[in-house]
Amino acid sequence: MVQRLPGDVAYRIAAGRYGYDLVDADAAAGVREELGLDRPAWQQLLGWLGDLGRLDLGRSLVTHQPVLSEVGYFLIGTLQLAAVALLLAVVIGCPLGTAAALRPGGVVDRLTDLWVALVRALPAFLLGLILIVVLSVHLRLLPSAGHGGSTTIVLPALTLALGLSGLIARVARDAVVETRQSDHVRFAHTKGLTDRLVLLRHVARNAAAVLVPYLGVQAVVLVEGVVVVEALFSWQGLGHALVHAVFWRDIPVLQATALVLALLVVAVNTLVDLTVLWLDPRPRRQEAMS
Amino acid sequence: MQRFRRTSAAVTVAMVLGLAPGCSTSRAEDHHSDTLRVAGPFEIHSLEPTATSGFFTRLEVAETLVTADLEGELAPGLASEWASARGGRTWTFELVPGVTFHDGTPLTPGAAVNALDTVREDEASPLAEAPIEKISATESGLRFDLTERYLTLPAILTHYSAMILAPAAYDDEGRVAEMIGTGPYRIDRVELPASIEVTRFDDWRGTAPEIENVSYQTVSRPEARALMAASDQADVVFHLEPAGRQQVEAADGVELVSTLQPRTILLKVNNEHPVLGDLAVRRALSMALDREAMADAVLREHELAATQLLPPSLTAWNQPDLAPLEHDVEAARELLEEAGWTPGSDGILEKDGEPLRLSLVTYPDRPELPALATAIQASAKEVGIDIEVEVTNSTEIPVRHADDTLELALVARHFALVSDPLVTIADTFAPEGSDWGVHNWSDPDMSAAVDGLLAGPTEERAAELRRTVATIAQEQLPLMPVAWYRMNAAVGDHVDGFVMDPLETSWHLSEARWAS
Repeated sequence: MVQRLPGDVAYRIAAGRYGYDLVDADAAAGVREELGLDRPAWQQLLGWLGDLGRLDLGRSLVTHQPVLSEVGYFLIGTLQLAAVALLLAVVIGCPLGTAAALRPGGVVDRLTDLWVALVRALPAFLLGLILIVVLSVHLRLLPSAGHGGSTTIVLPALTLALGLSGLIARVARDAVVETRQSDHVRFAHTKGLTDRLVLLRHVARNAAAVLVPYLGVQAVVLVEGVVVVEALFSWQGLGHALVHAVFWRDIPVLQATALVLALLVVAVNTLVDLTVLWLDPRPRRQEAMS
Repeated sequence: MQRFRRTSAAVTVAMVLGLAPGCSTSRAEDHHSDTLRVAGPFEIHSLEPTATSGFFTRLEVAETLVTADLEGELAPGLASEWASARGGRTWTFELVPGVTFHDGTPLTPGAAVNALDTVREDEASPLAEAPIEKISATESGLRFDLTERYLTLPAILTHYSAMILAPAAYDDEGRVAEMIGTGPYRIDRVELPASIEVTRFDDWRGTAPEIENVSYQTVSRPEARALMAASDQADVVFHLEPAGRQQVEAADGVELVSTLQPRTILLKVNNEHPVLGDLAVRRALSMALDREAMADAVLREHELAATQLLPPSLTAWNQPDLAPLEHDVEAARELLEEAGWTPGSDGILEKDGEPLRLSLVTYPDRPELPALATAIQASAKEVGIDIEVEVTNSTEIPVRHADDTLELALVARHFALVSDPLVTIADTFAPEGSDWGVHNWSDPDMSAAVDGLLAGPTEERAAELRRTVATIAQEQLPLMPVAWYRMNAAVGDHVDGFVMDPLETSWHLSEARWAS
């Protein structure tokens, strides 16, 4: 596929390595010879599959670093960012959604609607800049860009989390509203349980069964890269790695990144399924009964 | 898409600034940290000397045998002196005695030979193009045996790829595993691709730097860099775009420093193209360009409009009394009419039923290039030339040069990749063509002048030959200059003694001080 992309692979790799001031036909020829790019594509692919069989992902064509350590480095960045962002989004979104659901059409519900519309309408880039200006430039609470140190993750994660919290609030609200209208919740009320207990024991768990798969989808989106936010905050993640690998035609990194992402999607989906199964025991019981 | 993002980014910054007036809140005046924080747009891709983009020489971790001073003149680096023999076919370099690498081992002639032999294997290094037959160690230095006379060898050795690293820096395959140099700063931590931390090397042979630690952080978005500069989150911030420059200028406690870079934004022309091969068309196109308006609108500085190819920062090469390239739409139209081009029904000129339509390729790595390309498109339209702009990857230019499909390309050419511009200029006007220079163009007088300069004439004769080069370039327009280039940095007031090197050989941070 990479070979079908426009542009000459050897030149692209040379530009990635040396910067374009130094790229000329000689540099490209040097790269072509070093990497054996003249071989037919199937030979190159077969070579890579063979290496993969030996669990050897090779080295980056541009940086010469082992692909495993390079992709691993960006993967950790991505996972950290995704986890913190998701956590923050849940912490902001779920209480908002639940509060809104307690009185549909009420003031809190309307304010939540406004919040959702606002954070969804703001592009991440603008939201990020506003956060930098407010939290970093004016209040001097957080560093505006960088990677490393415990505080540098806060702004990029918050940028992603705010955008996401709107959707989570919306989904949580609808799930809670729906659950609250269901028979078992009304029965619980009839039993004389307090609102608090009903909410915690009966509503929360049922609503969570709806919310968790949705979070899973969002986690996949976060993992697959949030290039704009990564670039704005100089956070090192897979999105960055993927974009550069495509630009530079860095095939081993591209292949490894795609592989890791595919595995991650599978892992997230499995985790979601297991969580839903734990939250919602009905399918298990039905199976046991049949 | 890229353009849209850039433009929207600029708009966004303006909006955010509007939302948040008074960015000039009091700056942290007490600097507890003894680390100078540098931020810039470029990433560190590798430790391989040729692929380091010069980071490690600029941060003064690694040194070269010869270096260049702020005027671009050769200056001693790890070599204290050098001389040529056999009519420039042998060069000897004497090493400065008593130099130690950061791992404590001494700098020996053998170590220097090893470093240079490794790097000249790399095709992209300017060293690979030098006619070197053999580099050998002498008792106190190095000896280069060349296959031909080559007077620019010391200049080539100023390039960052010619850095001298300790033998322990290389792994078994000759790749750099660890950056072990000889400079006033040694590596503390490198995290590819975005950060480097260095600390003072106590065994440095010269005056110890006052600033103990320096950190470099890649911040790719210009908006983020400008905010960092204006809010004291970095002490030196390189490369600010116009919106960011205004922001920094409005902020307290930070100053904008700038210098003209020896880089020219120019139109690379295919001189055997059926249309562009005609000098009259090239001249007309050049006259159609309103360079001042473009420089003013895009670079926000009308003085950057190029009046000739080689910028004033190359003092020896720039010819102040050369008749400047003028903007004259009427004269351009007349020239085209004389060349047989007549207006067609849609306003585009035609000749023998063929419209005057050209394609222009450029790349977004430097955000001003696509903007200038569209300005050129608009200028050309005024005289009836239809230019189609294609923004793509920079490597398309050498690729299309090679297969001869290039018509026009807008590029930013650096004329002093090594300290002596002659090396780059000779390449730019090579009669066989050059990837980032002329395309299908040669001129016997130009070749004679360049060869004459390479032969090492007297200073008087050299000045004459440089004038010839500039004049022929101006008359023949094989490359059409558009604008010169200024590089800038925002520097906090608490940093004293920061100097900007137009050649970017070094950031000279070892000479900077904390303001008292």
